[in-house]
Amino acid sequence: MSILEYNGAAIIAMAGKDCVGIACDTRLGAQAQTVACDFRKVFKMSDKIFVGLAGLATDVLTMQNLLKFRQNLYELREDRELTPKVFSNVLSNLLYEKRFGPYFIEPVVAGLDENNQPFLSGMDLIGAPVYTDDFVVTGTATANMYGMCETLYKKDMEPDQLFETLSQALLASLDRDALSGWGATVHIITKDGVTSRELKGRMD
Amino acid sequence: MDTVFGVEYEGGVILAADQSNARSILTYQSNLDKITKLSPSSALAVSGPNADLVNFSEYISKNLAIYQLSNDGLQLSTHAQANYCRGELATALRKGPYQVNCLLGGYDASSGKGSLYWMDYFAALSKVNYGCQGYASSFCLSIMDRDWKEGLDQDQAVAIVDKCIKELSLRFLMNQPNFIIKVIDKDGVKTLKFGSDPADT
Repeated sequence: MSILEYNGAAIIAMAGKDCVGIACDTRLGAQAQTVACDFRKVFKMSDKIFVGLAGLATDVLTMQNLLKFRQNLYELREDRELTPKVFSNVLSNLLYEKRFGPYFIEPVVAGLDENNQPFLSGMDLIGAPVYTDDFVVTGTATANMYGMCETLYKKDMEPDQLFETLSQALLASLDRDALSGWGATVHIITKDGVTSRELKGRMD
Repeated sequence: MDTVFGVEYEGGVILAADQSNARSILTYQSNLDKITKLSPSSALAVSGPNADLVNFSEYISKNLAIYQLSNDGLQLSTHAQANYCRGELATALRKGPYQVNCLLGGYDASSGKGSLYWMDYFAALSKVNYGCQGYASSFCLSIMDRDWKEGLDQDQAVAIVDKCIKELSLRFLMNQPNFIIKVIDKDGVKTLKFGSDPADT
């Protein structure tokens, strides 16, 4: 079994009209055993930047702390807020620094840039980025999630429609993956604020 | 091979561990205490090779003691202790890992509640209502899933622990004759019962 599949995770980030959404499952497992059902993998870095970290749980927690540290340092030195593009670059750098002994995480970054336009990026465990304008997925159920997103996605969705699409895509993907599931959290980010909701899904 | 589990209840946490120290076909000792007191209101139940078990728990408890001495008697909350523990495990992971899976239980006077933290040797951390490490999980998690609910009192929590021990003695392959059970509540860390006195040399 791959080390990236030890704990289990499923994260989707999707862009809408002047808004962006990011959703994750909440299972923490140790291979087949489920340890906790409230382990969230999406973290709010600021009102306009969310990061989803899928992979080995210990590195998810370590990276969460590291990212907060680097963000604080940036904002103290530069006296301005990080933008999603720069944040994504910082994350990419942090990962490549450990090129020959990497953190076992595959992150996605979702946010709104200076003009409140959606920003999405995904990365592999050594920081190779991909920038898209529709959706990014990561975790143990990527095959399922790509299929669901490709089918359900439409351009320029309003926040409510984005929430529906994102939730349906995630839930359907989780249900066919043994390692992810046991609850889900969805965040919809608009220029006016963030709405977070818990999804009711199959607890198995 | 070690059995370590814990249950949180209203106003405290119970930690239980088997007392055998064994390797391959030999049992070295059957009165080992695998639950170390970290602070006046928290304890760490550890499972793993004896060297790492002892080294890690002593390292953490002494570092927490020095924190208290250096900071004018300030005691860290259970959440802070758990995160400190995780940090040490995470740093050691890529240098020289401690192969310890642990459960940290503590009581916070400020909230009047107990909290239990599950940590594996990769340094993944999660706050749980009840948890097991090792093979025990295959037997005990389902019992706890069924019987645990919000607002248990100490007797009910001890009953769950006893039920788990009974199940293990009935169905678990390894012979674990002795268990030590400790309670962490507003009165501190106390040994509730043991199969064999750890103080006997």
